Amino acid sequence: MLSKRIIPCLDVKNGQVVKGVKFKGHEVVGGILELAKLYSDSGADELVFYEISASVEKRLLDVNWVENIARHIDIPFCVAGGIKSVADAAKVLEQGADKISINSPAIARPELIKELHDEFGKQCIVVGIDSFYDEASGEYLVYQLTGDPNASSRTRYKTQEWVKKVQELGAGEIVLNCMNQDGVRKGYDNDQLSQIRAICDVPLIASGGAGTMQDFADVFTHSQVDGALAASVFHKNIININELKQFLSSQNIASRLCN
Amino acid sequence: MIAIINTGCANINSVRFAFERLGVTPEVITEPAQLAHFDRAILPGVGHAKVAMERLINQGWNEAIDEFQKPLMGICLGMQLLCESTAEGNVTCLGKIPGSVSQLDIQGLTAPHMGWNNLTHCIEHPLTNNITSNDQVYFVHSFAHSVNTSTLAQGEYGQQFSAIVAKDNYAGMQFHPERSAKVGATLLQNFLNWQL
Repeated sequence: MLSKRIIPCLDVKNGQVVKGVKFKGHEVVGGILELAKLYSDSGADELVFYEISASVEKRLLDVNWVENIARHIDIPFCVAGGIKSVADAAKVLEQGADKISINSPAIARPELIKELHDEFGKQCIVVGIDSFYDEASGEYLVYQLTGDPNASSRTRYKTQEWVKKVQELGAGEIVLNCMNQDGVRKGYDNDQLSQIRAICDVPLIASGGAGTMQDFADVFTHSQVDGALAASVFHKNIININELKQFLSSQNIASRLCN
Repeated sequence: MIAIINTGCANINSVRFAFERLGVTPEVITEPAQLAHFDRAILPGVGHAKVAMERLINQGWNEAIDEFQKPLMGICLGMQLLCESTAEGNVTCLGKIPGSVSQLDIQGLTAPHMGWNNLTHCIEHPLTNNITSNDQVYFVHSFAHSVNTSTLAQGEYGQQFSAIVAKDNYAGMQFHPERSAKVGATLLQNFLNWQL
């Protein structure tokens, strides 16, 4: 049975892993390879690396650390940060990344998704979506450039229409980051994720809000997502991945148990 | 000495690094004439079967692979290319492994089949040494090989399919052993130990 994936997310800035609350006020957590090894050894199913300043600074991420990860890590990993062309993506994939994730550059030029799909195949094209719940209108709205609070802005898309569009263009997986929940550890936005699940035929990864092991169990059972991404609960040692896997397994959620 | 066949359409680094973690340094080869000098070889593959098969033929790999008498293993699309034919682009493949490849009947599950899934029905063979049916490996694919006499281990996603196959000196793994943690390392070590 296909296991639900537990995916630590490592936000990279200036060659180190950082973490902020609601995308603001970044603090250094540790070295890229050191944390990647720690998480893969403790049973992470996949890793995601976001070089958060790349898109904001309008440049491609630093590909040098990507090869180092590919050399030492034996689980799949996805890399994001300022990939805005087939040539950019080729540079990252050649280093050994299994997937690339695009976000703001896809909003600026949606055809990029199709170009990447046609060149590399659907399986390695992940689209990250930053979705903000606007209480006034009761709608979910797509934001861009969220790596920098000064550059972050609302886009022309509502989340549901963007989810449909990226699938039509060839996205192989969607990471839905629920911005209102990000970094505050109050649980995933299960209602929003359930709504998106209903219109998402490709793997859907929940992001934003994990605080307890029960939050992971809830998002898998309530929203039927394929994976759950989290950062601060792992960075701050609030949740041990191996224990999380045991917990999920005891709740009859398909998990890959290590050791 | 182990060779990794590079036709220009696969991620070579992750396979190369996986062998390096086992203490072996593979050589990436781009000329079919080089193949005969090696003791064993890996045919990786990612992308569309039609494009990959055309490259194999245009670069002359089909003959070199046909003449190769030592262990040769395809990974993911590489495994599918060793079979008789595939429905992806309706292409005739190398015909080294009996059976054809068709689109997975996923029964409403999300596509592609992506993530960690367990092996089932493992048959005793040097390639499945120390592997049990609860071991999980990392899959990413939409097409799959039908279960037949060449099947050493199966996978299930909507339907049963071949996860590991072998016939004569040719073998294949549908998943990515290079990205399958300790289980993957065991499987790659099994390939290195495989004596015909």
